[in-house]
Amino acid sequence: MNWIDIGALTDIPQRGARVVKTQVGCIALFRTGDDQVFAVSDTCPHKGGPLSEGIVHGHQVTCPLHNWVFSLETGQAQGADKGQIDTYAVRVEDGRLMLDQTQLQQRSAA
Amino acid sequence: MQKLVVIGAGMASGRVLEHLFETAPDAFDVTLFNAEPRGNYNRLMLSPVLSGEKSYAEIITHGDDWYADNRVTCRFGEAIEGIDLARKVVKSAGGETPYDKLIIGTGSNPFIIPLPGHDLPGVISYRDLDDTNAMIETSSRPGARAVVIGGGLLGLEAAAGLRMRGMEVTVLHIAGHLMERQLDAAAGYLLRRDLEARGITVITQASTQSIEGDGKVEMVKLADGTELPCELVVMAVGIRPSAQLAKDAGLAVGRAITVDAQMQTSDPDVYALGECVEFAGNIFGLVAPLYDQAKVLAKTLMNEDDVFTVKELATKLKVTGCDLFSAGDFAEADDREDIVFRDPARGVYKRLVLKDDRLIGAVMYGDTADGNWFFGMIKDGTDVSEMRDTLIFGPAYQGGAAVDPLSAVAALPADAEICGCNGVCKGQIVTAIEGGATDLAGIRATTKASASCGTCTGLVEQVLAVTLGDDFVMPTAQSVCKCTDLTHEDVRRLIKSKELKSQSAVWQELGWTTPNGCHVCRPAINFYLLADWPLEYQDDPQSRFVNERNHGNIQKDGTYSVVPRMFGGITTAAELRAIADAADKYNVPTVKVTGGQRIDLLGVKKEDLPGIWYDLNAAGMVSGHAYSKGLRTVKTCVGTDHCRFGTQDSTGLGIKLEKLLWGSWTPHKVKLAVSGCPRNCAEATCKDLGIICVDSGYQVGVGGAAGMDLKETERLCDVPTEEEALEVTAAFVQIYRENAKYLDRPYKWIAKVGLDWVKERVVDDLENRRALAARFELSQTIYRKDPWAPLAAKAESFAPLADLTLEAAE
Ligand code: SRM
Ligand SMILES: Cc1cc2nc3c(=O)[nH]c(=O)nc-3n(C[C@H](O)[C@H](O)[C@H](O)COP(=O)(O)OP(=O)(O)OC[C@H]3O[C@@H](n4cnc5c(N)ncnc54)[C@H](O)[C@@H]3O)c2cc1C
Ligand code: SF4
Ligand code: FES
Repeated sequence: MNWIDIGALTDIPQRGARVVKTQVGCIALFRTGDDQVFAVSDTCPHKGGPLSEGIVHGHQVTCPLHNWVFSLETGQAQGADKGQIDTYAVRVEDGRLMLDQTQLQQRSAA
Repeated sequence: MQKLVVIGAGMASGRVLEHLFETAPDAFDVTLFNAEPRGNYNRLMLSPVLSGEKSYAEIITHGDDWYADNRVTCRFGEAIEGIDLARKVVKSAGGETPYDKLIIGTGSNPFIIPLPGHDLPGVISYRDLDDTNAMIETSSRPGARAVVIGGGLLGLEAAAGLRMRGMEVTVLHIAGHLMERQLDAAAGYLLRRDLEARGITVITQASTQSIEGDGKVEMVKLADGTELPCELVVMAVGIRPSAQLAKDAGLAVGRAITVDAQMQTSDPDVYALGECVEFAGNIFGLVAPLYDQAKVLAKTLMNEDDVFTVKELATKLKVTGCDLFSAGDFAEADDREDIVFRDPARGVYKRLVLKDDRLIGAVMYGDTADGNWFFGMIKDGTDVSEMRDTLIFGPAYQGGAAVDPLSAVAALPADAEICGCNGVCKGQIVTAIEGGATDLAGIRATTKASASCGTCTGLVEQVLAVTLGDDFVMPTAQSVCKCTDLTHEDVRRLIKSKELKSQSAVWQELGWTTPNGCHVCRPAINFYLLADWPLEYQDDPQSRFVNERNHGNIQKDGTYSVVPRMFGGITTAAELRAIADAADKYNVPTVKVTGGQRIDLLGVKKEDLPGIWYDLNAAGMVSGHAYSKGLRTVKTCVGTDHCRFGTQDSTGLGIKLEKLLWGSWTPHKVKLAVSGCPRNCAEATCKDLGIICVDSGYQVGVGGAAGMDLKETERLCDVPTEEEALEVTAAFVQIYRENAKYLDRPYKWIAKVGLDWVKERVVDDLENRRALAARFELSQTIYRKDPWAPLAAKAESFAPLADLTLEAAE
């Protein structure tokens, strides 16, 4: 593991998200109402909607284009919709956001 | 006898000495040093001393007699300044004192934020008796005001105590709700409500900028410019283990003094316990684990085996009337289940968090009687699958049969009260039913039951069901979404009647089943709150659909459209030039004239939004809200200025209307038009509100549409002057804002309430028209603002947080 600091927790609004550009594509960093942070692919498997722009409720996000709902913990589409988004390791340490660079590179190599 | 020296007469070291003297009164010759000029007292009870409920004498745990009986040499008021581990002596003002065994119990120090002005007299932390006395002293000055920085356990106890002493108290808290480490948002909301009810002002998400004053505290300034005049500032933002002494002596210190499970430090003759130690990565802030440490250390000193282990902790707040309880881990996660119980009438909230059939966390507010029962199950890891259905009702309900709500209602006596607001009991409702009332509306009309706050609606329906049997069909009104059984109309009525002014208030008081709603209900609730409480409620961007958050229409490829406002469809050469320049500068692929008489720049990248807005702002243009559930456009025709048929200045009125209404949020979009004569070139007869100018004045029509449904406007009224046309329009938009269901266009809403209902209030009742227009204007003092300008200044929040593709390329 190679944790890299990519910003402060407070850079993301509560129940909101920010995007990190990586070699595996855009990753959305979500901060939920209870201050947990999740990193998932920003791209909706339906028609590519930017998930970081969706409404965050509980530990889920609703895609802004056609309202598919995804679990931020598992990346699974909820309800009748079928789909899966990639999830990534993320840590918060002393208010700083850390992503695992090794994981991002492994995925790009694979 | 061995010489035992103890540094610090605190909660933890006091306990060790008690254990020692009980089991081996003659084993040690004890010398007790304390920086405070007094012996052991119960630090937890400083809060009742502050509030006046107890005196200092009542909280002393070890009096002079106790020290004398146990032959403790007391060196109070004498701080230890150094430890020489090699020579086994401690150093103080009184010289050197040798030891065979040493205990460090120095506790912790309050953390002081190094704000400008933090060292002014009148800034106090909350740790010991001297702090408490200083607070009591200031509170006795007439009219004294206090600002407490920190809405955690300590800060709130300080605030409540000072308030009981008659001070005006404001609590500043940086997080979104109080005690966020112990409570979830719902319980935090109830706590805040109770504190506010006793006159304490609470400001959350407060960022303190400075403490100001000339030689003493005079006020606290917040980053948003708020000024809070005060004579006392209590800083209660956290504690830091007091480990410097140990570190200087050369003992192993991490975040605090490192100890093993026998409370031994890195030096075999030196022990430490309390808030100054770190054990296996944990540090401590409540007494329960310290008491365990004290037991272990006493055994260690007697050469007996024992190990300290870290256990689950429960928290309570010692503010009379604010009953809360929190234990374990209550964060949400997919592999966990929540059981939530809310009793809005009693202000009760309980939440249990289950994982793999075991209870792992509990948060309770209002009724905490079962807290210890739940805590016991968390600690023991009890399998709760058998009692899951009734678990939240506590131990009293275990083993009983399941309760059917209908049979419970059937069993109620005739004099049981059903509607609290109107004092209606079951017997009266049954009489009304026997008299012919067969549905909710009938009951409301005859008895008023459920006609006020509405929380008893379900009960009234159950009485109907029990009394009428099969003749009663439970109404299946469409609820807002799966988070609640209430309809939009119910929610709107309850927000007003119960004065719910925050999202947390709605979730709690209306019994929402999810922690913070979903993408369906949150935008609606956000609108209802800002429409009903424009001054109190702060719009929440995170509860808005992407278009309203990013102030543009999102396109299928994730780019946005930008539409600057052209009031009444009028523009200038300079504005058009600025639009053209922006189109060039930001490579806008499509420039289109819209159906709303203005220009759309389509295909702008998110990162470019702040820049293009900044440029358009600089040319004097503001957002056209082409994306909002709010005022869109006011279309006009050329009118008397140019047209040979024009009867009035339709363009001028259109501009005035758009200047009056722009920026306002509405249940759905609102479009207007003004035509200069009945030829109607501005298509005013298919708008939400359309005005046709005639010789005698203005014909105002409402409820038109030309989208999925095609509807002609219906005449609301004719008015002779422009002023009246403007006032009627503001009143109409306001009554629509206050009453319509979210996402009902005016024509849909009018179909529900009836045009006559609207006319009575907006046309016939002049006083009410004025009041509506005044309420609209009040709201516009907040919302008639360009959303682009502040966002253009925060360009970084539109850019990616980080770009790792660059980093990897290096
Ligand atoms: C830009 C524009 C078309 C144009 O190029 O002329 C337009 C574009 C859109 N319209 Fe419209 N409407 C536009 C004038 C109209 C008109 C004509 C008018 O306003 O005079 C109508 C019929 C009149 C009416 O509203 O009653 C119209 C009826 C709709 C409807 C149906 C509304 C209804 O209640 O039935 C929708 C769907 C909705 O709002 O749910 C819609 C929704 C949309 C959306 C916002 C669809 C969406 O959600 O993405 C389109 C956004 C495109 C974009 O990315 O910018 N648009 N739309 C017009 C912008 C006007 C402006 O300057 O603000
Ligand atoms: C107002 C208030 C209310 C609280 N309420 C609760 C509650 O409800 N529940 C709960 O579990 N906890 C509560 N706490 C926390 C609890 O009081 C502490 O966890 C506990 O007191 C810590 O015990 P300790 O022995 O480690 O340190 P302390 O009790 O702080 O004792 C340390 C002592 O060491 C002395 N000292 C420090 N350095 C030196 C030195 N160099 N030489 C000599 N002496 C020194 C200090 O003067 C102090 O008297 C409360 C705390 C406060 C301030
Ligand atoms: S409606 Fe027709 S006649 Fe009247 S002002 Fe407009 S263009 Fe002229
Ligand atoms: S693109 Fe996400 S739901 Fe269609």
